[in-house]
Amino acid sequence: MEAKYRVAAADWSSVASVTTQADINREIDQLRGSGGPQPRLDYPPYRSSVLRHPTKDRLLVDPEGVELWAPAFGAADVDSAEADLTIQRSGEPLGERMVVTGRITDGEGRPVRNQLVEIWQANASGRYWHQRDQHPAPLDPNFVGAGRCLTDDDGVYSFQTIKPGAYPWRNHLNAWRPAHIHFSLFGTDFTQRLVTQMYFPGDPLFDLDPIYQSITDPKARDLLVASYDHDLTTPERSLGYRWDIVLSGTHRTPLEES
Amino acid sequence: MSFAPGQTVGPFFHLGLPFDGGNLLVPPAHPDAVRLHGRVFDGEGNAVPDSVIEIWQADQSGRVSRETGSFHRDGFTFTGWGRAQTDGDGHYWFSTVIPGATEPGRRPFVAVTVFARGLTDRLFTRAYLPGDEPDTLLDGLEPGRRDTLLITREERGLLFDIHLQGEGETVFLSYPRQAR
Repeated sequence: MEAKYRVAAADWSSVASVTTQADINREIDQLRGSGGPQPRLDYPPYRSSVLRHPTKDRLLVDPEGVELWAPAFGAADVDSAEADLTIQRSGEPLGERMVVTGRITDGEGRPVRNQLVEIWQANASGRYWHQRDQHPAPLDPNFVGAGRCLTDDDGVYSFQTIKPGAYPWRNHLNAWRPAHIHFSLFGTDFTQRLVTQMYFPGDPLFDLDPIYQSITDPKARDLLVASYDHDLTTPERSLGYRWDIVLSGTHRTPLEES
Repeated sequence: MSFAPGQTVGPFFHLGLPFDGGNLLVPPAHPDAVRLHGRVFDGEGNAVPDSVIEIWQADQSGRVSRETGSFHRDGFTFTGWGRAQTDGDGHYWFSTVIPGATEPGRRPFVAVTVFARGLTDRLFTRAYLPGDEPDTLLDGLEPGRRDTLLITREERGLLFDIHLQGEGETVFLSYPRQAR
């Protein structure tokens, strides 16, 4: 395995124009604070964004018709067992068992009730159950890494899972993503739709990661970092993390609600 | 601002987002079924093979569905919501019905959300049916920009291409009270 790594490194270094972490750091520094509280769509340090971001400003419109509503999900869609990513296969997955829970609210503090939350993530070794992830870390036959749940009447979601590992990617030489869990969220209105990533406190890779840093406002970035909560940790079972989420976007006024 | 910022879906979203029947709002054999489809392109006109398109629409009569069940479709219940991923050609497709106007005199549209590897946040747009009804959004755009929001009727379906950047860049939308 070590030999393979050496070959890969040699491949990289033979490319004269190879981009190093130092190059990316400089680019990240130049763009610090340049965007608002949402990620910059145009963020060249994340190389794949270069040809995939719109160059024109988004057009501000008042939501109408279907946009005033969100799709509805319920018990017909999601089995409660889907919230436990550690029981999907025949055996126990490897890694650090954890629970992540939190409350989803809209901009006015109202809970997002009975709504769908989907997650996907790498395993403890930083490997995704995905054909495209070919980096030489082991797959875990007992961990797929995808789950779903519905929020309760107070907007609370909860997942049992395994803490994901960091993993390498090819944005630049020696690029590594901080450990994260992908979250897909719906609100009470179509305009609140959000897909994002939850991170873990104190990750040393934060400053080096162009995806995390595409949110150039540090206060906004912090909102994606869960907090460790010992009250959620269970004896001899799993560590607890809390991550509350506020969804942006418009909402119907109470008068318009049916 | 305390709104959670978005992040890209990355390259491994197939693990978490697509599901069987996600693109079948109605079964293709449904008497009113149409194929709503198109391709997603980047700024150099290359197909985007790793994007996810979600649609949200009214039924033929303009009613907004409150039904659950998109993840286990029974073939009879119209939930109004679907999800499809693009294939190697950047092509996505849905089997759905032509939406009616949610209010009399309004131009019907399908609300569309776009996600992709390389796209740092989701994008919203509207796929409008061709028609004569006045529409505040469409009527305020110059023709070249307006055309990016119009569905093309085909013999057996509806075509809606999405250009993330460059020539014919799709008009993407933001809404009030949304952090920018």
